[in-house]
Amino acid sequence: MKSILIKGGHLIDPPSRTDRPRDLLIHDNRIVEVGDPGKLNPTAKKEGAEVIDATGLVVAPGLVDIHVHLREPGQAHKETIESGTRAGAMGGFTALCCMPNTSPVNDSPEITRWTLSPERNAVIRVFPVAAATRGSMGETITEYGSLKAAGAVGVSDDGKPVLQDAVMHQALIAAARAGLPMIQHAENTKITVGASMNAGARAFRLGLRGMSVEAESGIVERDIRLVRELTTSGKGPRPHLHVQHVSTAKAMEAIRHAKRAGLHVTCEVAPHHFMLTDEAVEGYNTHAKMNPPLRSEADRAAMVTALLDGTADCIATDHAPHAVHEKEQEFEKAPNGITGLETALSLSIKMLHHQHRMPLLRLVHLMSTAPAHIMGLRGRGTLAPDAFADVVLFDPKSTWTFNARNSPSKSRNTPFDGQTLPGVVKMTISEGRIVYKA
Amino acid sequence: MSPATKSASKSAPKSVPKKTATEAPQPKATTPPADGIHPGSLLSITQLSLDEVSNILALAERLAGEPSSKHATLLENRKLALLFYESSTRTRTSFELAAKSLGAMTTLVSDKSSSIEKGESLKDTGLTLRALGAECIILRHNASGSPYLLAKHTGLPVLNAGDGMHEHPSQALLDLRTILSRLGKMQAVTDKALDGITVCITGDILHSRVARSNALLLPRLGAKVILCGPQQLLPPEAEDLYPGITLERDFDKALQQSQVAMMLRIQKERLAGMQIDLADYQKQFQLNEDRYFKHAPDALVMHPGPMIRGLEITADIADGPNSAIEEQVRNGLAIRMALLVRALNGGAA
Repeated sequence: MKSILIKGGHLIDPPSRTDRPRDLLIHDNRIVEVGDPGKLNPTAKKEGAEVIDATGLVVAPGLVDIHVHLREPGQAHKETIESGTRAGAMGGFTALCCMPNTSPVNDSPEITRWTLSPERNAVIRVFPVAAATRGSMGETITEYGSLKAAGAVGVSDDGKPVLQDAVMHQALIAAARAGLPMIQHAENTKITVGASMNAGARAFRLGLRGMSVEAESGIVERDIRLVRELTTSGKGPRPHLHVQHVSTAKAMEAIRHAKRAGLHVTCEVAPHHFMLTDEAVEGYNTHAKMNPPLRSEADRAAMVTALLDGTADCIATDHAPHAVHEKEQEFEKAPNGITGLETALSLSIKMLHHQHRMPLLRLVHLMSTAPAHIMGLRGRGTLAPDAFADVVLFDPKSTWTFNARNSPSKSRNTPFDGQTLPGVVKMTISEGRIVYKA
Repeated sequence: MSPATKSASKSAPKSVPKKTATEAPQPKATTPPADGIHPGSLLSITQLSLDEVSNILALAERLAGEPSSKHATLLENRKLALLFYESSTRTRTSFELAAKSLGAMTTLVSDKSSSIEKGESLKDTGLTLRALGAECIILRHNASGSPYLLAKHTGLPVLNAGDGMHEHPSQALLDLRTILSRLGKMQAVTDKALDGITVCITGDILHSRVARSNALLLPRLGAKVILCGPQQLLPPEAEDLYPGITLERDFDKALQQSQVAMMLRIQKERLAGMQIDLADYQKQFQLNEDRYFKHAPDALVMHPGPMIRGLEITADIADGPNSAIEEQVRNGLAIRMALLVRALNGGAA
């Protein structure tokens, strides 16, 4: 059994609202105690603990990303569970929820277990999200109970929506019964055929077919209506809808109303949607191509507002690695998505903490406590005694220059390559093991 | 390394001339190509300052006016590749004949009879052409923005010969030359050269690269541009293409204001499932004798081709005395000669 004492740091623990100098003692894979500076020294000495000096650093619960693509099985040239989790550790993450749009699609307990097998060499915790429908074809819902038993923490057809009303209705009921969030990629694909960027004047000028705001908000509004019907019917357990990567003010407004009405609707925002607008597409930059697309400045600002006022529950990266040759294609042909694990904390600090004065306590809540809670990850997103010893140490004041080539990720499709960003991750500890050290 | 490749890299200045910003009425009027794009490239009409447009037109004028023997060896032994992913008659032939009349060697690569069919990427196709000594690539492609990709990865001057729904800049230049000469305004290209002139572009604006390039160029010379077409083929955001552009759904009203009527074909190949009522379209937007003589009897008639006679335009109008359609084609040759000289001259025309 091994102990670690992290001393001299500034502890930020949202559940206990701790935001002050505190030392932290870890024993084996659990948090043992949080104490005033120096108070834990005798215990640590007695246990022969390894001492980590966190002077000048924030000590926070490890970050939780509930939306990543680890590409295994089937697309190991883009990413593997090992390389993706290493990139996560570099970014301060200790838990990743991986989407099921692998090859084959993770729509079975077998693939869920395969993903979780120690042979995958994950360096931090992986929590699979299983397909909501067989093959993510949107027709027949999968076996949510057995998927949960195999380790799935939610169901989603991410990359595609569950389009049919009847199937979505069924999925919400079945997910609620299984105690899982129904996680939706909100896009009316009937009206986004051939589209590759945000609809509007810029898309028109660039000669690219656009995805309208309504393609997103329409599905969010439909889903909320289904949740409301099920919730007010009083029959069966309350459904939980989680809306992925919200990108439009209109969809966010619908979520704001749903929350006020007391429905169990949560949502996430990706850093690129609060950092960038569709201006980044100019010159046909395929590193600015993702789905949902980068939107207008008003939409971008609405994502920031939603994170500040609590309408947006958490930050999730939608880390979507692609090989260089896949992105070096004609804009309309290039696949959607960018990597995000390495830069999420820094971009959030830059935009939310520095530019909009969001307290770090709130930022850590959005990147750790809240996402862990949404996905029901017990003992994560907190530094309470007996929680898992998932810890990140970062320096919020100094800066670093992101070089995508140096990332452990197998891909480097990011628009943030070469940028100097605030917030340096110094160490990531996953269940008591140091998995990353700057 | 072949001599051809050497001279191409030698002739490339380090940066794009930076004199465009002040001439434009709006900051977005000119957007110089990004770093790494050869300055001889023409990817979008918006990259050219009015001075550059003027220089290109002047060079075209000179080349068209002088005996062909005077420039028959201007680009002797220079190697040009025509890379065509879409079919073309006018653009391809005029680029090819323009190159040959300047003494350059050309090769044509089309998607149907090359390794593109086997799955070779645009980047690799471009690198292959470069390795074979091509000093400039003329690209037609069905994907918007593909010339940017090719220019970035080859470092060669790339001439956009039409990319998807995006732009067709050489067409806009030849249309400008046609308008200026037919309206007797061949003097200088300034921001007032087309003052008092209204051009209505009518038809399938949504899918038209010709419409975009013209609508982004003509207002900068003082012309008023009216875009005309049904909702389906002319979405409201077209108005934001350039300040001062107006949309008009009533073709008769548009014609009444216009000195130039530019007609466009409905691009069946890009409709992506859209259903168009052709009978209704003809009724509302066809340029025919009745409508022409009633509303704009003196207007210059233009069409970038290919025409679908009997749909957007009738034969009597297309072949009538005010039609500049063949002249557009002829001007294409001169403009493309000028663009080839500019491309191989490091961006100076």
